[in-house]
Amino acid sequence: MNRRQFLRLSGAGFAGAALLGAAGCGGGGTISGGQGGGGGGNVNTFVFGRGADSVTLDPINTTDGESLRVTRQIFDGLLDFAPESTDVIPALAAEIPKPEDGGRLYTFTLREGVTFHDGAPFNAEAVVFNFDRWRLEDNEFHTGGGGQSENFAYYVGQFGGFDGDSIIEAVEAVDEYTVRFSLKQPQGPFLKNVAMSPFGIASPKAIQNNVEGFWQNPVGSGPFTFVSWNRGSTVELEANDEWWGADVPASEGGGGPEVSKVTIRAIPDNTARVAALVGGELSAADGLTPDDVKPVEQAGLKVEYRPPLTIGYLAMNNEKAPFDNPDVRRAIYQAIDMDAIVEAFFGNTGEIATTYMPPTVPFFNDQIERFPFDPDAARQLLADAGEENLQTELWYMPIPRPYMPDGKGIAQAMQQDLKEVGVTAKLVTREWGTYLQETGEGAHPMALLGWTGDNGDPDNFLNVLLGSASATPTDALNIAYYKNPEVDKLLQQGQSTIVESEREQAYMEAQELLVEDTPWVPIAYAKPPLGFQKNVQGYQASPTGGEAFNTVTLSGGA
Amino acid sequence: MLIGVSLVVFFMVRAIPGDPAQLLLGQQATQEQVAQVRENMGLDKPVVVQYGLFLIDAARGDLGDSIVTGRPVTTELFARFPATLELTLFAMLVAVFVGVPVGVISAVKPYSRLDKVTSVLALTGISMPIFWLAMILIVVFFVTLGILPFPGRLSIGYAVPSITGLVLVDSLLTLNFAAFWDGFLHLIMPAIALGTFPMAVITRMTRSSMLEVMGEDYVRTARAKGLVPWRVVFKHALRNAMLPTVTVIGLQTGILMGGAIITETIFSWPGVGQFAYDSISRRDYAGIQGVVLYGASLFVLVNLFVDLLYAVLDPRVRY
Repeated sequence: MNRRQFLRLSGAGFAGAALLGAAGCGGGGTISGGQGGGGGGNVNTFVFGRGADSVTLDPINTTDGESLRVTRQIFDGLLDFAPESTDVIPALAAEIPKPEDGGRLYTFTLREGVTFHDGAPFNAEAVVFNFDRWRLEDNEFHTGGGGQSENFAYYVGQFGGFDGDSIIEAVEAVDEYTVRFSLKQPQGPFLKNVAMSPFGIASPKAIQNNVEGFWQNPVGSGPFTFVSWNRGSTVELEANDEWWGADVPASEGGGGPEVSKVTIRAIPDNTARVAALVGGELSAADGLTPDDVKPVEQAGLKVEYRPPLTIGYLAMNNEKAPFDNPDVRRAIYQAIDMDAIVEAFFGNTGEIATTYMPPTVPFFNDQIERFPFDPDAARQLLADAGEENLQTELWYMPIPRPYMPDGKGIAQAMQQDLKEVGVTAKLVTREWGTYLQETGEGAHPMALLGWTGDNGDPDNFLNVLLGSASATPTDALNIAYYKNPEVDKLLQQGQSTIVESEREQAYMEAQELLVEDTPWVPIAYAKPPLGFQKNVQGYQASPTGGEAFNTVTLSGGA
Repeated sequence: MLIGVSLVVFFMVRAIPGDPAQLLLGQQATQEQVAQVRENMGLDKPVVVQYGLFLIDAARGDLGDSIVTGRPVTTELFARFPATLELTLFAMLVAVFVGVPVGVISAVKPYSRLDKVTSVLALTGISMPIFWLAMILIVVFFVTLGILPFPGRLSIGYAVPSITGLVLVDSLLTLNFAAFWDGFLHLIMPAIALGTFPMAVITRMTRSSMLEVMGEDYVRTARAKGLVPWRVVFKHALRNAMLPTVTVIGLQTGILMGGAIITETIFSWPGVGQFAYDSISRRDYAGIQGVVLYGASLFVLVNLFVDLLYAVLDPRVRY
């Protein structure tokens, strides 16, 4: 090789090395396909496939469902929801406290002998520490959650705000295993709020050691301990053999953990995730679409459904003519053959909706029936309102949502039905982020949307979606812009009283008024399907969508 | 050039409708929460100010924090680059080792039946949607036959320490041959899915430049000298015909290394492409800018590499 050749080669080599050199920076950590005994599928690892990775593992600093799915395995709250329902059960609290002083005082007796995964003891101090961290803005640990932290959003959402805005006024340790909560005013859904998984109790020791790093190194007291997180692909957990719940019956949220390891794997592409399940790479897969149910069953796998805690609806903008006229809204309602639509687009994965919240929610009014599908009546109503040839727009979301598997298909079916009664609805869609933004500004005359409940309380459906306080000029959650002072009063009553019979009366009546006013055409309560390998037992599909894996067992080979 | 790219990307990203704060918080968010997050993300400042701050930080090598993962974008890119690099190299290996010989063969016997078949195949390769091909591969080789693993880079139960970030290299360095084999099997389907398009391009490019070269005087001379045909083809014709092919290979490598969004998403390949997908779908401004700037820089580097390679292939080229 002469000098010239050498220079050329080394020049090319240098540029190549610069490219390859960057690869070296990827060092550190491990690349893994998920844990398990060395090599091959380990029968005692439960592999759960889902559509997206977690954002953070600090439960209080996120509202992201996929983050909470993981943290609820690692953390326990004071209270929890019973498996497969939204009934409140005790968790780290030994029992459900009775309201005192008209609902302004709750005294929690705590479980004794519980330790966090880092060995720190669980006691009243730990509870006070956590609530103070969430509640007080000047608390030195009122931070963390990583770059995508949502700053204690669920605390604000469920308890009204920080410091003076917080409904919880004080949290005191009475003795080592007794904590007293003082409330500014009674809050109907208080215990349900406390039971929500964002309010998992974290180890004070771990937070004190490194609050900013806690979101990627979570320490709780739950059935599984955190092992590792491969960003963008897997979270790995290990059974906590010391878990307090091992001796508690499964119906009360205890039992297990039965599997020794859990891998939670993100596979964003829906078809690919189902393929991974069918091919045996996953023990369970979330986010099946109604179309996936049949092929998965045909492949010899199991499908289970979560009880519905969702509602999909067609909102009519009550501030835009002619939808300010209840008769026109009623006409739209009766013009649509909803039975056929639910049958076609939901199949087994949904039930037709009768009122404005799903039947798993307490105080669901089961006396209410749908207005019958009746094109003639609809035509008459429209004629009386002088809207025989109504030209309008029907907005639909561009992507499948848990409460609406096929927005476009449903919108097209509705468009056909509406045409029969002389309503010409132009179909409109936007990219999902934009869709939320513009419907939240009231740009639509009619729009498809839906909701997944957080805590199974009627307040979380009716007040959030139909209270006039949510009909804001931007980011509105009440996209029907429905404002009825009478309904508001009832919802307010339901929210602020703790007397069950008063709550019941308020919500029953509110549902009746809503049906009368017809701000939406309710569509369906979706029951999201999950796919499982045959050997997976004991998965307790929950309406909240966030199941604890402690009762899951794997029998025989995968 | 990079500043130009950054300018275009920065303003285009912000022209996409959709509020990142809203998407981040989801449907359940209140107005106050959205406002708070917008402020944290610096989105309440004027766009020009945002761009200025971005440039200053970028010059220091700080591309901002990703909304999706909460980590610095540069960290994110470095962490994901090896996965993309490994996939790209494999895909290009498939593309080159199939594309070049097939191109040569069809050029040697132009308009023969073999040539026609490969031309049709190449056309199919160019026009086939990757997501479709990927799903077919998964259904056939993973679901039905069960001979190739899926998804990700390794099966459950395998782990290798990340030294270079390349599974095959790291598993060899740690003498973990089981992981090497498993990692290799995981690479096959995504590499075929990703390599099909460049393979088809390379085949066509090799064929046309070989055809041209085969008609040159020096090839005729070589033949007249009585050299064996394969020697003429490979020694005299192919080397001269390789110049345009090398350009195409370089360009394609650069494009793939920028992150194969569809392939990586379908195969759950934790590379730059998947990060790009997440960034775009969640309006992660910093993430999108980072990925594009990275892709542009990579393109410049790869082009430089190709230019230098010319000199090796063609002694007449000098710098």
